[in-house]
Amino acid sequence: MSTQAQANPSGADLAISDEVMIGLTGVNKWYGQFHVLKDIDLTVLKGERIVICGPSGSGKSTLIRCINRLEEHQRGRIVVDGIELTHDLKNIEKVRREVGMVFQHFNLFPHLTVLDNLTLAPIWVKKVPKKEAEEVAMHYLKRVKIPEQAGKFPGQLSGGQQQRVAIARSLCMSPKVMLFDEPTSALDPEMIKEVLDVMIELARSGMTMICVTHEMGFARTVANRVIFMDKGEIIEQNEPEEFFNNPKSDRTKLFLSQILHH
Amino acid sequence: MALAKGAPESGAVANPATPQVIAFWRDERKRGMIAQVVVVAALLGFIWFLLRNFLIKQEMSGAPPLSLYFLQDVAGFQLSFSLIPLTLDSPIGRVIFAGALNTLIAAFFAGIIATFLGLLVGIARLSKNWLISHIAATYIEIIRNIPLLLQLVFWYGGVLTALPKPKDSISLLDVVFLNIKGLFLPKPILQEGVGLFFIAIAVAIGLAIFIARWARKRQMATGQQFPTIIVNTALIILLPAFVFVLLHDPIGWEFPEKGAFNFKGGLTVQPEMTALIVGIGISTAAYVAEIVRAGIISVSHGQSEASHALGLKSSWTLRLVVLPQALRVIIPPMISQYLNVVKNSTLAGFIGYADLFAVIGTSQNQTGRAVECVVILMVFYLTISLIISTIMNVYNKRAALIER
Repeated sequence: MSTQAQANPSGADLAISDEVMIGLTGVNKWYGQFHVLKDIDLTVLKGERIVICGPSGSGKSTLIRCINRLEEHQRGRIVVDGIELTHDLKNIEKVRREVGMVFQHFNLFPHLTVLDNLTLAPIWVKKVPKKEAEEVAMHYLKRVKIPEQAGKFPGQLSGGQQQRVAIARSLCMSPKVMLFDEPTSALDPEMIKEVLDVMIELARSGMTMICVTHEMGFARTVANRVIFMDKGEIIEQNEPEEFFNNPKSDRTKLFLSQILHH
Repeated sequence: MALAKGAPESGAVANPATPQVIAFWRDERKRGMIAQVVVVAALLGFIWFLLRNFLIKQEMSGAPPLSLYFLQDVAGFQLSFSLIPLTLDSPIGRVIFAGALNTLIAAFFAGIIATFLGLLVGIARLSKNWLISHIAATYIEIIRNIPLLLQLVFWYGGVLTALPKPKDSISLLDVVFLNIKGLFLPKPILQEGVGLFFIAIAVAIGLAIFIARWARKRQMATGQQFPTIIVNTALIILLPAFVFVLLHDPIGWEFPEKGAFNFKGGLTVQPEMTALIVGIGISTAAYVAEIVRAGIISVSHGQSEASHALGLKSSWTLRLVVLPQALRVIIPPMISQYLNVVKNSTLAGFIGYADLFAVIGTSQNQTGRAVECVVILMVFYLTISLIISTIMNVYNKRAALIER
């Protein structure tokens, strides 16, 4: 469990090592006839914070779901922390242990208390004693600022609280990478901030993150790279300042004009 | 408090401090009370009407007063199948009891078939394999759309009577035989010392429960996991087997032997009973399959995705995440299905199986004790139904109350 660096001053000066965390080369995926991902090449370094945006149906969710094999890619290679994703279940299990994921609809287990949601995977997958798992869980609940909700069931929490529990649940497995699939899209506006605050704090602690999101403020604050996808391709990627102020392709310009002028 | 515009001038809005008088037909409390009084009065009136009707008719017909002493009288008729020994001299009470046992045993096995076949078909219905899911769907649609009685007649008259005559019996290793007269199985005969064997089974089960609890506790305390399922399966099989060998065959077998017309000895399962069990089992399984399917579908796909993303493997995902949630949806309608199995077994009479309903019918005919017989029937089915729903409701509470 990580107890380091509570508050780094800002996201921009965070160190990124040159160690490769995730490597995608020539990844292709089809749903039947529909070509969702077209020759995706992407390298994510340890400590990088990447924001992926793009119109709906552009394949951005599918892309990150391929990284922990919730979706299977049909061509190309995906290597996570030196482990290649193949049909080998052992490798898939290993990768999933290192990759945490946060979903749009939280997907908390409604039949378990918040605390049990957090300890389930550590107890079964990491074989941690229950007491120790609960201590770790409480640590992360404090970090997402809802330790007092530990005994409640997910249905009793607000959307923002549920999403923070979901983030804490992933963190309990001490992942090396965190994937966020539109984590704030299902939230009421006043709850978005509390979730983004947790994500910003996480980014500052040095976590490698890939976020599919349209929160452009968040992208500017913490991302070191913004990727724009359309129709299954990576159209453009750049540092946030360059990306927002100086988009290169017309499609990016059009997309940005649509989401920024509302 | 300001008066609303257009309100009558006479001060229709009363001072909130003084209690308002509400006309009784507008007062929800008084209304509720009146409704209850009316319902109870109507119910009592109806019961009084029935009772009075009965007493008048009873007197007019000159029938003897109600009593259950007739159960001690000699029945004078026998059942084609019974779990307890019966003779023509057996008292009616004993014959009725035999009929009740017949109902229970048929319902028990039909319920088991329904549960397991239903589970299998329900899961098959959700299979990604086109052929498997469509076979399951066809099965469900056909069964659900044919009256149960017709299905029973089909199994009895259409399938089981097409079996060969005794001399051409289908045999399995020359110990099990199947023909038009029924299914003939070897009958276990308990020898001396068999008690130890049963004790061994009980001890093995007790130990298995103990191991499961201990393993769970140890996992929670230390994180170490224990292969509970494998160890317990081995224990439950091996310990009794070991005792069995030590005791030198504590159970002897009486094999069915070919007689002049049919097989003698052994255990006979009548075709009527087979048809009833198979018919009700297969029919109920179709409904159970739909319940199981609904239960599994009700757990959103996101749940298993989240579980997988946390690194839980598929078997754990099913056991720890999907099933606990699916069961909450599955159990309540399953209660109705088990009740249906028991109640539908009353169709047994149509294919000549002596269940309680059929036995009561004959007893009533023989003794003229219609009211007593119907009361016995009602008490029996009511008791069984209440027992089943109590057990299932307790189970349901344990599975369901976990949320909120």
